[in-house]
Amino acid sequence: MSSQTANTRLFGSQAFQKRFSVAIRLIIALFLILFSIFPVLWIISASLDPANSLATQKIIPDNANFMNYNRLFGKDPNFAFGELFYWRWWFNSIKIASISTVLTLSLTTMAAYAFSRLRFAGRVTMLKAILLIQVFPNLLALVAIFLIIFQTGEIIPALGLNTHAGLILVYMGGAMGINIWLMKGFLDTIPRDIDESGMVDGASNWQIFSRLLLPLLRPILIVIGILSFIGTYGDFVLARILLRKVEDYTLMVGLQLFTAGQFDRKWGVFAAGALIGALPIMIIYIALQDQIAGGLTTGAVKG
Amino acid sequence: MTLATKSGTWGIRGPSESMFAVLVRIILIALFDVGVIWFVSNAFAKGFTQLGIVLIVIALMINAIFLLQKAYPYRWMAIGLSFLILFTIYPMLFTFYVAFTNYGDGHLLTKEQALPLILQEKYLPEEGKSFSWTAYRADDGKYALWLVDPSGATFLARQDETVIPAQPGDPGIGEPDGKGIPQSIEGYTRLNTLLAAADKTLPTVLFGAEGEQTVQIRSPSAAAELQQRYIYDEAADAVIDQSNGDIYNNVEGTFATKDGKTIRPGFRTTIGWKNFQDFLTNPALRGPMVRILLWNFIFPTVSVLSTFFLGLGIAIMFNDKDFPFKKIIRTFLLIPYTIPGLISIIIWRGMMNPEFGIINRTIENWFGIDGPPWTVEAIWAQTAILLVNLWLGYPYMMLVCSGALQSIPADLYEAATVDGASVWAKFRKITLPLLLVAVGPLLIASYVFNFNNFNLIYLFISGGPPIAGASTQAGHTDILLSYVYKLAFESGGRGVQYGLASAISIVIFIIVGAMTLFQFRFTNMWEEVSENV
Repeated sequence: MSSQTANTRLFGSQAFQKRFSVAIRLIIALFLILFSIFPVLWIISASLDPANSLATQKIIPDNANFMNYNRLFGKDPNFAFGELFYWRWWFNSIKIASISTVLTLSLTTMAAYAFSRLRFAGRVTMLKAILLIQVFPNLLALVAIFLIIFQTGEIIPALGLNTHAGLILVYMGGAMGINIWLMKGFLDTIPRDIDESGMVDGASNWQIFSRLLLPLLRPILIVIGILSFIGTYGDFVLARILLRKVEDYTLMVGLQLFTAGQFDRKWGVFAAGALIGALPIMIIYIALQDQIAGGLTTGAVKG
Repeated sequence: MTLATKSGTWGIRGPSESMFAVLVRIILIALFDVGVIWFVSNAFAKGFTQLGIVLIVIALMINAIFLLQKAYPYRWMAIGLSFLILFTIYPMLFTFYVAFTNYGDGHLLTKEQALPLILQEKYLPEEGKSFSWTAYRADDGKYALWLVDPSGATFLARQDETVIPAQPGDPGIGEPDGKGIPQSIEGYTRLNTLLAAADKTLPTVLFGAEGEQTVQIRSPSAAAELQQRYIYDEAADAVIDQSNGDIYNNVEGTFATKDGKTIRPGFRTTIGWKNFQDFLTNPALRGPMVRILLWNFIFPTVSVLSTFFLGLGIAIMFNDKDFPFKKIIRTFLLIPYTIPGLISIIIWRGMMNPEFGIINRTIENWFGIDGPPWTVEAIWAQTAILLVNLWLGYPYMMLVCSGALQSIPADLYEAATVDGASVWAKFRKITLPLLLVAVGPLLIASYVFNFNNFNLIYLFISGGPPIAGASTQAGHTDILLSYVYKLAFESGGRGVQYGLASAISIVIFIIVGAMTLFQFRFTNMWEEVSENV
C-alpha cells in the first residue's frame, strides 16, 4: 500500500488520471441514477398533478396539490371511477401479508429445528426433496390451485374462492421451500453446547427450542420475515384468480384495475395509489438493504 | 451428535410423557379425524374424488406422526408438510390429471351430476293424453287453466303450484256455466276463447310446480302433460330423445348424435392425449404455440444477458474501495429493485403509452417524429418488455456481482499485471470465469424466474398484440404461463379451457425441471448441498 501512495505522489499525472477517471465515472453514475429514479420522479409528479391525465402531464405540474390523494379517499364527488376501495385493499394486503408471514415463520422455524437438531430416518431425503419441490412454485399450477380452492369452497365456504383464508392457505403451500434451508443453515451455526446445557437442566425439546434457540434466531427471522412479507404483499396472480369481489381484493389486484378502460384518465389517482402502496416496501428495503442483500445471494430471486 | 429423541420406539407414549398428555393428544387427533372424515365424505359426494383421496393421505400421515413415538421428529413439521402436500405437490399431480380431461366450460360437472340435469328436461308430446282447457288470467299477468281430461275428470292448474283435482263450487272456484266450466276463479278473470287463442304468451306458460306434473297448451283445443324428454340407456352409455327417437352417444364427455347434435350440459371425463394432440394438429393452435414457445426462450435469454452485463459493468465501475459517494450511488441504483414489481410495470406501461406516454411525447418534441408504436406492433412490444425488464432486473445483478467481485483475490490481478496482461484479457481470463462460478447458479435461477415472469408479460399489455388467426387469446408477447392464465381465466367469450391450459402447464413443468437439472449438474450445487445436510 505504502509504495502505491508513494507512486501517486511521484507521478502527478497518474493522480490526475485517477481523478479524471473518477469524474467520468461520477458522470456515468449520474446518468444511471437518472435512469433508475426517473419513473419514480415521474409518478410523484403525476400524483401531484390535479389534471389526473397521462396526456398532459409535465415533470413539474401546474397547480400541484394533493387532489389525487383526496380522490383515493373518495372525497371528490366529481370523480366517476365507480367504486374505489383503496383503503380496504391496502388493509387486506397488510392483513394477508402479516398473517402469512407469521405462519411462514412458525412453520419454517419449527421444521428447521427438527432438521438441524434431531436425527431421524428420512431426514436427508426430506431436505433434498424440499429443495427439489421448491423449484416448482405453486403458481405454475395456477389452474389446479384455482380448481382445488373452488372445490374446497363447495364443502367449506369459509376456505373457498373469494376468501382471504383460502388465499393464505395457498401461500402456506410455498412456505416450506428455500426458507427451511436458510433457517437450518443458520441454526447449524449455533453451537450445540447451548442445547446441551438446557438438557442437563432437564429441559424438553420444546423448551430448548422456544427459550434458548428462538431468541438467537432474530437476524434470520428478520430476513425471512421481510422477504416473505414482501413476496406476499407483491403477489398478483394468485390473489387475482382466487379473489373475485372488488372489495376483497388485495392492493396489487386493485391497482391493476386502473389499467382497465381509460387508463390515461385515471393516471394521477393511480400514481397516488401506487406511491402509497410502494412506500412501505421501499422503506423496508432501503433501511435493511445490507441484511436483505445477504439473504438474497443465498436464495430468493427477483427481477 | 444424537441429541434429543431417545432412539425411537413404536409405542404411543413418549419417554417422559404423562398419561394425561397422551390422552389429550389422542383426543385431539380423534377430533381432527372426525373433521377429515366429514370433509372427505362431502368431497366424494360432490364428485371431488381426487381431493378426498389427498385429504385421506394427509390424515393418515398426521395420525402416524402424532401417534407413533418413532415419528416424533416429524411432529415439528407436520403442519408445514400437510400444506406442502396439499398446495404444492397435489396441484402438480392434479394438473397432470386435468390435462387429460375435457374440464372447462360445458364440461364442469361430473357425469353423475350432469345426467339428472339432462333427464329433468321435458317435452310436449304430439300425441298421448290430452286435456281440453279454459284459461283465466290474474291482474299480475299470471295464468290459470281449467282442465278436463277425456274421462271427464276436472283439474285446476296454476303456475308454480301443484295441479289439483277440482270441482266447480269448491272454495275459491265459481259456479259452473252451461258446459260445466267455472265462470270464475278467485283472483283470476276468465278469458273467452277468442282472447285466449290470441294470447301470445299463453302457449309458452308451464303449469304445475317445479319437478312435478307439468302441463302446457299444445293447440287451441288441447293441453297436454309434459313428458320426460331423454332416457339414459346405461348399457349403451347413450341418451335417447323420446320426442324423435334420436340416439345421443357419449363422445368424450358430450352426448352427441352422429350428425353432430349435442345435449348441454356435457360432463368432465378423461379424453386421453387429445389436449396435447390439438396443439400438434390444429393449425389455429399450433401456429401461435410455436411463436409463444420461441418468445418464451428469447425473452429470458435476452433479459438475463442484458441485466447481467449492465449490472456487472456498473459493479466493476464502482468496485473501488474509496470511490466517492459509493453508498449513496448504490442506494439510488437499487431503487427499481425496491418498488413492488407490479407497480413499476404499470408505471412503465403508462410512460410507454404510444399516444400519451412521456417517452413518445418527448421523442416527438425533440425530433419531430412519431415514437415507436410500443404495445401496438409485435416487435416494438417485445422490445419494450425487454427494456422494462432491464430496468427492473439490473439492480439485482449489480448487487450480486459486486458481492462476487469482492471475493476475487486481488493478487490474481497483480500477477496478471506483472505478466503484462491487458485490461480486457484480465476481464476475460480472471474476472468472468471466477464471477460465473459464484453467480452462475443465480443466473440460471433468474432465467427460470423470467421464463415464468407472468407479472411483467401480463401487466404490461396482457401478452398482446394478438396473433392473427389464433383460435384462442394468444398474443405476440405471451409466454406459456400467461397463455395458460388466459385459457383458464380470460377466454374472451370463447369458453374457459382448464384441460388445454393444464396441458401447457405440464410443458412448463418439464422445461423448468430440465433447466433445474441442468443447474444442479452444471454448478455442482447438488453435491455442495448434499455435503451440508
